[in-house]
Parts: sequence; structure tokens; C-alpha cells
Amino acid sequence: MVLPGPRARGLVAAARAAQGRRVGSAEGSPRGDPASRRAALYVHWPYCEKRCSYCNFNKYVARGGVDEAALRRCLVTEAHTLLALGGVHRVDSVFFGGGTPSLASPHTVAALLEAVAQVAHLPADSEVTLEVNPTSAPGSRLAEFGAAGVNRLSIGLQSLDDAELQLLGRTHSARDALRTLAAARRLFPGRVSVDLMLGLPGQQLGPWLGQLRELLRHCDDHLSLYQLSLERGTALFAQVQRGAVPAPDPELAAEMYAEGRALLRTAGFRQYEVSNFARRGALSTHNWTYWQCGQYLGVGPGAHGRFVPHGAGCHTREARIQTLEPDNWMREVIQFGHGTRKRVPLDELELLEEVLAMGLRTDVGITHQHWRQFESQLTLWDVFGASEEVKRLQEQGLLLLDHRGLRCSWEGLAVLDSLLLTLLPRLQEVWWQRSPPPVPGG
Amino acid sequence: MWTLAGRGCRRGRVLLPWGTGAARSELPRPRPAPSFGAAAECWAGDRLCSSAGRKEKPDMSKFPVEDIRNFSIIAHVDHGKSTLADRLLELTGTIDKTKNNKQVLDKLQVERERGITVKAQTASLFYNFEGKQYLLNLIDTPGHVDFSYEVSRSLSACQGVLLVIDANEGIQAQTVANFFLAFEAQLSVIPVINKIDLKNADPEMVEKQIEKVFDIPRNECIKISAKLGTNVESVLQAVIERIPPPKVHRKNPLRALVFDSIFDQYRGVIANVALFDGMVSKGDKIVSAHTQKTYEVNEVGVLNPNEQPTLKLYAGQVGYLIAGMKDVTEAQIGDTLYLHNHPVEPLPGFKSAKPMVFAGMYPTDQSEYNNLKSAIEKLTLNDSSVTVHRDSSLALGAGWRLGFLGLLHMEVFNQRLEQEYNTSVILTTPTVPYKAILSSAKLIKEYREKEITIINPAQFPDKSKVAEYLEPVVLGTIITPDEYTGKIMALCQARRAVQKHLMFIDQNRVMLKYLFPLNEIVVDFYDSLKSLSSGYAREKAYSVGKTICERLKDSLPRQLFEIAIQAAIGSKIIARETVKAYKKNVLAKCYGGDITRKMKLLKRQAEGKKKLRKIGNIEVPKDAFIKVLKTQSNK
Repeated sequence: MVLPGPRARGLVAAARAAQGRRVGSAEGSPRGDPASRRAALYVHWPYCEKRCSYCNFNKYVARGGVDEAALRRCLVTEAHTLLALGGVHRVDSVFFGGGTPSLASPHTVAALLEAVAQVAHLPADSEVTLEVNPTSAPGSRLAEFGAAGVNRLSIGLQSLDDAELQLLGRTHSARDALRTLAAARRLFPGRVSVDLMLGLPGQQLGPWLGQLRELLRHCDDHLSLYQLSLERGTALFAQVQRGAVPAPDPELAAEMYAEGRALLRTAGFRQYEVSNFARRGALSTHNWTYWQCGQYLGVGPGAHGRFVPHGAGCHTREARIQTLEPDNWMREVIQFGHGTRKRVPLDELELLEEVLAMGLRTDVGITHQHWRQFESQLTLWDVFGASEEVKRLQEQGLLLLDHRGLRCSWEGLAVLDSLLLTLLPRLQEVWWQRSPPPVPGG
Repeated sequence: MWTLAGRGCRRGRVLLPWGTGAARSELPRPRPAPSFGAAAECWAGDRLCSSAGRKEKPDMSKFPVEDIRNFSIIAHVDHGKSTLADRLLELTGTIDKTKNNKQVLDKLQVERERGITVKAQTASLFYNFEGKQYLLNLIDTPGHVDFSYEVSRSLSACQGVLLVIDANEGIQAQTVANFFLAFEAQLSVIPVINKIDLKNADPEMVEKQIEKVFDIPRNECIKISAKLGTNVESVLQAVIERIPPPKVHRKNPLRALVFDSIFDQYRGVIANVALFDGMVSKGDKIVSAHTQKTYEVNEVGVLNPNEQPTLKLYAGQVGYLIAGMKDVTEAQIGDTLYLHNHPVEPLPGFKSAKPMVFAGMYPTDQSEYNNLKSAIEKLTLNDSSVTVHRDSSLALGAGWRLGFLGLLHMEVFNQRLEQEYNTSVILTTPTVPYKAILSSAKLIKEYREKEITIINPAQFPDKSKVAEYLEPVVLGTIITPDEYTGKIMALCQARRAVQKHLMFIDQNRVMLKYLFPLNEIVVDFYDSLKSLSSGYAREKAYSVGKTICERLKDSLPRQLFEIAIQAAIGSKIIARETVKAYKKNVLAKCYGGDITRKMKLLKRQAEGKKKLRKIGNIEVPKDAFIKVLKTQSNK
């Protein structure tokens, strides 16, 4: 099977991406497609070589090998079904996540992109990101992915300390990681992101800052700092429970986070989201869509999506989850064309709550203009302007409400979840004042 | 061994006495069907007596005054009062002997569990002695000095008492208090030394004590074992021979003393009455001297011990009447009832119940407020001595400030709430009422009187506006082996008590009497007394302070600022803990697949936050208070 289209398109895209980048904004020029007909696409590759000790994602270690052709056909089918269901005219970004999507063949990636391009407009400069695991992605393979249409890589580097990598159950070493990073930067200059974890058991502030400084000498223009969260059901959780591994110290993690973001600011990175840092405008448009509550389709086992099923004549956005287990998911896709397991309509208030919770994760927060796209009657001032509690947060220097909109201060961003416990109930209160909930039975 | 009892006075008025209750474990048993021996008529079950279809009502006119004896049994806790009462009921055929009855008169679950009598019960016994049938009215009294006003009212319906004393323990503090109540009421006192079957019983020693302390000749003591029934018959004979019949007049217009009242869900208030003059029957119009309300009598009868309707009640007799009273405050203990159009001089000694211990009561969860409210309302229907004021606390939300006769009364009330109404409450540390003589003209105008009573510490007026504060005091009696006398005197002094009396009641036991400020002894005095002998560490403030701080720290969620938790005695900080501010509280990864879960979590947390109570800027979960308060009460 020859796929000249995507491949050619991919090369062009990579070239264009290297020249000039778009500022991260899903509200960019509409080019004739209304926002309701645009969507980001997430594709889930459910397999890994090995389970990482901390990961509780929907991933599987295939024992008998993966029937990739069958999986590919199902991914393509589901993408087609969901694009049609959403009445999506234009796809602004594609993200291959997992699992370990770099274990998939470039051919599968190409097939997906081709399928999207068949039914929707996939602009040449659309961001197409692939999550990459350092060991599974030698330089030659990365080039093939590029040829298939990928124009951005996100490398799960996690740590530059081999002992920590071992604790995390990663298959790569620090050297592997740096080698992969260098190869990626050669192939996708300015379009490579790396993940670094903080708050690991036993991790100390000084050495961790050392790692971050070393990473700054090697990294590209995008970096994510993630605090480890111990998830029930993971091997690491069990180890900590048993006492085999010291429990992560949240105080220390908070310090690492504070020092780390300060260091990155000095290095010229913009913290455009709680965990994401970019310089030279290298923001991830795909992720930006999540935080701006844009539409996205989720394709693959366990993938999540949020979109209005225009194609089915609906006008309410739905939160959708696909069937988790790859085998069941495939069976459903073959039978029904998709493996959607759960559809939850989001009412107006729920959508606004998401706008609030997600938007405040970004540095620009929620602009008045952005808010108006979701709620035309109640302004941000109407909702939060008169609240004493919100005023107190402002006085504490954690939150700002001004002519630009509502956003966290530098200090406030680190404690956003606490702020939301004031903001969400306030939104609900004002909302129900305006339109009281129906009284049951009355 | 340690006991404390007494009577109190404040500015000349008899107020609240204080005492303690030792736990006595009696398993609740199914109630045997009582039988009415004298009339050879059997009743099945509880409170059936008044139901329709009964045979002829007993004619009470055949008991002339000279054949009537009204008496009470008084005793220290656990000296066997209720057991003796059971034996007397059996002996007179009032209850069935074969069923191995246990304390028939203690009806409430809490009474049986604690081995105390909260609500006085009364029984009319019909007893044949030397060919003559006597009507012996046993008027049971609450066993605890918290209820001494009730005791005194019950006693005023009697002409004599059985003073029961444990042959093993001898005179105890409450024996003394009860004796003086009876003595002041000029009643005949028959000392009964109980439990002579016990191995260590020393009835002779007790006889000596009785002679020394009460000035009653040794030969007047009756030695019995209520448990085995030994010599109980002679108690009944003594009642007939040594207690005079009531001095009353059947011909005079009705004068009846209300000495107890209970509330029945179906029949309203059932008032227990003792007739001093006249007679009363169904259809009579009666008036309460206290409320001046008029009622029509629906039913009269005797108690044996359940209600047994009779045609009439006559002077000198004791029984009950039902007259359409809707709550127990309409039939207050000590009130006098008389016939409409025939007003009489009310019987002396009536007082409205006067609560002396106040505590805040709050639902553990504010959503339980209404349930608790209705439970309190129902329970107070049956206990007019509990006062209820609405109150609210910054920490605990809406609740009430309840007034009780004493600490035991409070505990019993709380236990009944839990047992009978299945509610769970937070009780704050009890306080006593204070009086303030105001000096500020403005305040006097505001309160409309110069002397005010303060039941809530939060409303204490500033001392710049007060000429004088007054506090309730009680006369306490302590009986102790003499080796502890020194320590106890030091303790009493530390509690601002004034010694009134000291005497050896036998070779090695001392009776002390002190005038105590009630506030000094209301919470933990008894514990302190006990700790003197059991060697508790006395200075526990530091460790208690530390524990409370730690508990509070563990139950406070972290907030956006640092919270200092300090324990202080006055202005001296004795313990400190810090709840650090959140430096980071934000989900690290929040992408497409994380949103649903994150929103759910945030909403749950926001819901939880709504349940927090804001104190200043600090959000405090309600269970934090419960945890801290529990710590205190466990100490």
C-alpha cells in the first residue's frame, strides 16, 4: 500500500514547522470553518513493552504480539466514524499517545493521517505529535515517523538519573534518553518536547535541580515537569505501602516545582500551563485545545473525546469514552464502526465548569473573549466580581480578575485546585440564581 | 468508696445538690405481668389497666385514713433500694413472686442499665396485718441527689422513710443527705441495714455509725437481706407500727400534691398525686395552684405499680389522675391541685425545677438538626426540669443550651436521646449559672432588672458593668477513710471550698462537709477525688493540650495559609502545632483523558468544603470539633 499523500504532506509540514511557528491558540484564524466543525484528534496506542511502575494509564503488554494490521484498520474505521459523527470539517492537530505509540509502525501513523485527510481538512501545518519512548525509537525510526506525517515529538525522558529510571520501571537509561533527544532535535528542530518527573521517592531538591539544569543544556523549546502522583494499583504504590520505598514528600515536591519553574523562567521559558513550558512560541496546540475546551475526538481503546455529535443531529457536547480493552474495543469497532462505551451529555453549566477548571491552568487564563464563546449572558464580572471569597483570593495575590479576564497569579497557579474549590461553587451559585434548577416533582 | 453528696444553697435558698452514681449493672429483663393481689385480679402487660372491659373498679373508700401509711425508701446508690421495693411488692402480692422480678419500679432502660432511678415510681400495696387490711403507699424516689428536689417533694407526700444502708459499706454521703431531707421533713426514719448475707457484712458497725451520725438507737435498726428476702416482713410491720397515718381530712375540700408526673403519648400527662384533704373522682373540675388552669378529671386511680383506675381517691391516699394536661409543665412537681370554686392554701415548698448545670447540645451533623429538635421536644415532654434555649455556636452551628438539674441528669438525658431516639449529639463542657448584680444603668435598662442570671458563658457581662457576681454553692458531704483526709482537705481548699464540719463516724472513717462553689465541682471533682487514692498524675494540662493540638492538626485540611494551633491556660501557651500552608495543590497532568476524573474530584471536594465551617478564615471540618471534644471527655 502506497501512501504518497500523507508522506509528502508530512515533510512539508515539518519544513514549515521549522520556519515559523504559530502562537498556541485554538482560536486562530477560522479559515471558513466554524469552531463547532473543528476538532483535535487523539489516537490511543494501547500497548507497551513493559509496565512502568508508576503508570496507571490504559495500556497493555501484548504477550502473543500485536495484530497491528487489524488494530490499524480499527483505528482508521473509528476515526472515520467519529469524524462523521462530529461533522468535523477540519482537524487542527493529531496526537498519538498511549501506551507507547512509538512502538507502532510509521505505516499505521501514516494510515491514520491519510484517513483523516480523506474526510476532513487536515492543514499541512497541523500539529501532529507522537509520544516517544527513548529505547523504542532509534533515529532511523524517528525519520520514518516524520515521513509518515509526524511533525512533533514528545519524549518520555522522565529522569536523567539511572537509579530513578530503574525505580520508575523505565527500559531506558539517561544516556539513551539524551541520545534520542539529540536525534529528535536533528529531525524535528524546535518541535521536540521532553518530560521530566519530580517528587520521586527519595529524590532530593539539589540533585533534581542538577538534572533540570543538565536537561536545559540538551533540550529543545518545550519541556513538561510532572509531579509524580502515586496511583493506586501501580507497582510503585504497592512498594510505598509496603515500606519498601519511601513515600514521596509533597513538601519537597512543592519546593522542586517552585524552584524548577523559577529556573525555567530564567532560562526564557514561558510557563503556559501548570506543567508545560515553552520558549520561542513552541506551545503544543493540541494540548492547548484541551485547556481551551475545544472539541476533540478520541480514537482507540479507552480514548476520551469531547465533541458535539452534529452528524447525529445533536447540539449538546458529549464526553465520550471508548471501550478500554483492546480486544473488546476492536470487536465493537468491527461491529458498529466505533467502540464508544460511554456518552455523557455535558450541560451548559458543566461545560462552563470545565472552561473554568481547564482555562485557569494556562497562563493567559480565561479571557473575556474566550468566556463569551461559551457563555454570552453572564460575564466573568457577573460571576466573580461581587464574591467576597474571590476578592480575598485576589487580595492574597493568588488570582487576578481584570480587563483581560480571570487568571491565576504565578503563586496561584501552584495551588489552583484550592482556588477552584472557591470558584466552582461560586459559578454554580450564580448560575442557579439566574436559572434555578427544576424542583423534583414540581 | 469516695462519695460526695449534699444540699446546696445560694443566698439562703436551697439549691442544687450534688452527688455521684456508681454504676450497677442490671440486665434489663422482660417485664413480668404484674398482678393485683388484694383484689385477686390479674393484669396482663403494661398499662393495660385503664383499658375498657375491666371489671369493677376498686372502692378506695374502704381504706380509712388510719389504715393508710405513706412511705418512701431512701438510700445511697447501690445500697439495695430497688431490690427492697421489689420484695415489698412481692410480699404484698402486688407483683408475681415466682418470676424473679428485678426492680420493677425502674422502668426506663437507662435506669436499669445504670442501676439508678430517674423517674420516681409509686405503688400502692395492700397488706394484711393482724387481721386488718392496710393500704401502704410506697412512693419511690429518684436515687440521685441531682433529683433531690423531686426527692423532697416525694417525701412531703410521706410520713416516714426506710433508710436503707449497705451492711458492707456503711453510711455513705448520700445516706447522710437523704437522712437530712427526711429529718427536716419531720418524717419517721426506719433504718434498714441491707445485704447482711454478704461475707464482709458488718451490721453492728453500721448500727454504731447510725447511732453516732443520726442519733437513732441501735435497736431500731432492722437487719435484712432484700436479695434473699430475709426479715423483709418485719420491714412491713415496722412501716405499720412506726410510721403514723397521714394527718388529713376527708371532709375538707380537695387539696392534692403533685409529686411526680409523666407524659403518655396517648393519654397526655399522668400526674401522681397525694391527697392531703378531700377526695377526687372522674368528672371533677380541678385547678392547678401554680398555673391557675382548670381541668376536668378523666380518670383517677392507684398505682400498683401500673395505673389501676378507681372510682375515687380519698384524703391520705396516693394515686394518679389524668385531666387533659398536655405537657408536664402543666403538672409541675410540688404543685397543688384543688377543686374549681373551692380554692385552698397551696401546700408549701413548691418550686419550679431549677436547672443548675448548663451545656450546649449540637447535632453532630447540621442536617440532623430537625431530627434532634423533635427528639429533644419529645423527651422534655416527660421531663419538665430540663430547660431548652436555642443557641448557636460558631464552631458547632445551630443547637441548644440545655439546663439540667445536675451532671447525672445531663448524662441520663443524653443517653435517653441516644437510646430512645437514636440521635447522636455533641455536648459541650457543662457550666453553672451565674448571677450578676449590674452597676451600669444602661445594661439595667437593657435587661430590665438589676440582677441577671447568665447561663451561657458567651453572654457574661464585662466586670466594669457589674457590681457583684454571684455563683451557686453546694454543701457537699464527703465520707472517706481517714488516711486521705489531708489530701482531700487540700483538694477542697484548691476548689475554693469552705469547711463546715468534720467528724469521725467510726474508728477510721471521716465525714467532711464543705461549702463548694458549684462550678468548681461540676465537671471533674469526683474524678479528682478518686485520683487522690489511685495516684493519677494530677498535672495533665500539658499532655492534654498537646493531644488536643495534635488531634486538631490531624483533622484540619491544609489551606492556603499557615494555621497555628495553640493550647493555652489563660495567656500561657502550653502547646503548639502548625498546619502548613499548601505550597502546591494542582493536578500535574490534565489532558483530554483526565478531565472527567478531575472535574468529579473537584466537585466532590467542593461539596466537602461546603460542609466545612468557617471560623475566621479557617475552614474546619465539623468532625474536627467532635474529635477534640471527644478527647476531652475521655480524659
